[in-house]
Amino acid sequence: MKNKVDLTVSSGPHMTSGESIERIMYTVILALVPAMLASIYYFDTMAVGLIVACSLGAIGTEFISQKLRGVPVTIGDGSALLTGILLALTLPPTLPIWMAVLGSIVAIALGKHVFGGLGYNIFNPALVGRAFVGVAYTEAITNMVPPVGMPVILTEILPMDGIRESLGVVDIVSSATPLAEEGIGIMNMFVGRTGGSLGETSALALILGGLYLLYKGYIDWRIPVGYLGSVAVLTTLLGSQGPLFHLFAGGLMLGAFFMATDMVTSPVTKKGRWIFGIGCGIILVIIRLYGNYAEGVLFSILLMNMFVPIIDKYTLPRVFGEVRANG
Amino acid sequence: MELIAINFTKRGDIRVKTKTFKQGIHPKYNKDLTNSKPLEKANLPKEVTLYLDQHIGSPAKAIVEAGDKVKLGDKVGESTGFISANLHASISGEITAIEERRDSIVIKIKGSEGEQWQVDNPEKNLEDISAEEIREIIKEAGIVGLGGAAFPSHVKVSTDGKEVNQVILNGAECEPYLTVDHRTMLEQASEVIYGLKALMKSAGAKEGYIGVEVNKMDAINKLEEVSQKDSNINIIPLEVKYPQGGEKQLIKAILDKEVPSGGLPLDIGVVVNNVGTAVAVTEAINYGKPLIERGLTVTGAVNNPQNLIVRIGTPIRDLIEECGGFKGEPGKIILGGPMTGQAQSSLDVGVSKGTSGILVLSKDEIEDYKDPRPCIRCARCIDGCPAKLMPTALANLAKNDDVEGLEKYNVLDCIECGSCTYVCPANIDLLDWIRIGKAKVEAKRREN
Ligand code: SF4
Ligand code: SF4
Repeated sequence: MKNKVDLTVSSGPHMTSGESIERIMYTVILALVPAMLASIYYFDTMAVGLIVACSLGAIGTEFISQKLRGVPVTIGDGSALLTGILLALTLPPTLPIWMAVLGSIVAIALGKHVFGGLGYNIFNPALVGRAFVGVAYTEAITNMVPPVGMPVILTEILPMDGIRESLGVVDIVSSATPLAEEGIGIMNMFVGRTGGSLGETSALALILGGLYLLYKGYIDWRIPVGYLGSVAVLTTLLGSQGPLFHLFAGGLMLGAFFMATDMVTSPVTKKGRWIFGIGCGIILVIIRLYGNYAEGVLFSILLMNMFVPIIDKYTLPRVFGEVRANG
Repeated sequence: MELIAINFTKRGDIRVKTKTFKQGIHPKYNKDLTNSKPLEKANLPKEVTLYLDQHIGSPAKAIVEAGDKVKLGDKVGESTGFISANLHASISGEITAIEERRDSIVIKIKGSEGEQWQVDNPEKNLEDISAEEIREIIKEAGIVGLGGAAFPSHVKVSTDGKEVNQVILNGAECEPYLTVDHRTMLEQASEVIYGLKALMKSAGAKEGYIGVEVNKMDAINKLEEVSQKDSNINIIPLEVKYPQGGEKQLIKAILDKEVPSGGLPLDIGVVVNNVGTAVAVTEAINYGKPLIERGLTVTGAVNNPQNLIVRIGTPIRDLIEECGGFKGEPGKIILGGPMTGQAQSSLDVGVSKGTSGILVLSKDEIEDYKDPRPCIRCARCIDGCPAKLMPTALANLAKNDDVEGLEKYNVLDCIECGSCTYVCPANIDLLDWIRIGKAKVEAKRREN
């Protein structure tokens, strides 16, 4: 045996789980694949265009922001890509590409890097981007397209702008947001045959992805259960359309499984996650039933994001062996 | 009331009811390298290095000089206070040096002929020995906790007027890779039970428990068999989870009692000892044998991983060689297990009383240092922390030098299990920061 060996000396633990930010981000992206496929199935190239544009916009903005801030460039870690995809899924298929790209730039630059980058942002970046698009281009964003029954194979490659015109084949009917409409079959909403934004159409695809993340332990069940549960209870008590309509309408499934559960912008304590989820549910119902916004998911989550530091502070778990006067 | 978690673990076709604490993690265990290998006596070392400060408390004082001849089991270092321990010659031979090394003093003995401790006396009836006598035997034999902490054992059973109801033997062995406690319980079950009874008697406890994780069902069955007639001894199957063998976690799992923050098990009438310590107590009582050897697991990137009984002070180089040498290029050598063990810089270090294993990790296995990323608030560290702390917050407070915040967030309750660092996807050295935070709080308390 050699006499001299070159040994590393460092403090323990000497093993790690091998878990990484990359793995978490790409697993969430994987869980969004069913929803992306559903959106492509129903909206065809319009969906592809938006997803690609938002992803590239987000990654590009991340790159530029990190260069400008002089911090290491980490565009490969999947977090910007995830923001881009999530943003795309909140947009209606008819939205002009340039608006979507602007949204992704705002999402990453204002939603994330202004606060100090990954881990420091208070608001869910994708929702910041979506809020921007909603406020800046209100008209464009409320154009909802009922999806086609079958994917349309475009036989010619069309310029991005041209796609929309060429979609006469898809039978565009501009209509008000479906939330304001009566009589959409719950089943249609469940499988995705309703108008809406890319990721809002198929609850089934979103639930599949959400269950996968629950199974992998990448999201805490308390948030979706608190959120969906409180919406179900409140709309049963107060609403005229019944809980099923509200659960499957709009972006609630996307919000409950993929947005409200964002690690960075939700509480770290278990109790806090209950409060967060239920708080989102209450705000959503108030907006939907009593407000002017047909779509409350966005603002319910952004509002609750604001309360996260306070929620965390007041829901500290009891330390092992600690005796509390009122505990 | 908070209930402890009771789970069912499937083993073959039998379902075993297991107990556990809340939270914790599931690291890769890697115990199959050695868990079926019987304990064997290691070759006798030609030279041993004995550290006078290898236990917790004040270091022993050398009572020999260079040139002295000593016989196996002679006292060479004397305890210097209540929390201190004697040290004995682990081989016969000549003291070659008493030297200062870094911050500890070592006694070196060179020996020639091999000699084993005589162990053929009949078992003594515990009825015939008083509690006081047992404590004295433990103290004289220099026995310390063999689980890794090396806390002098006589101190633990000196109850100082406090009532002790339960003695728990820790057979959880939750550290990955290590299997020496497993083999000890399986092969020396009667010594374990006898030692438990002796510890119960010396502490004045009526009930005895042995907590064993259910990945050691054979040991559980063996202990059950040996202790069948003892109605006051219970073998408790525990869920396989890290750090199940943490003193406070073990007590919570078995008795559903929490050691108060900042307190000791004794405060709630409990004494916890390692199963190996119980065997050492048995041997001290029956054979007058001081702590001159202990079992440990040599494992990881060596060609023939084994469980060995080795003389205290044996250089780790000898033991690695005895286990077939390095497999591949060694990157790290750890005394203890991978979660709480200490990385070594030299192969000349001698095994000490608290060394439960020698783990070699190859160059490929030690992950390249990854730069820490920002915390993504995934809460894995919080959900895993057995002390129910907020590791991510503690690390930030330590970085910001916020001593008040550290105290408010109970930094001193951290048991340094390393679970937080293990699970962090952002590669943050949480435990390193928390240790710094603890030191800051302790420094402030000393000032006041
Ligand atoms: S904070 Fe301390 S007790 Fe908690 S997981 Fe980290 S090392 Fe273990
Ligand atoms: S495990 Fe790491 S990334 Fe996750 S909350 Fe703790 S410190 Fe942050």
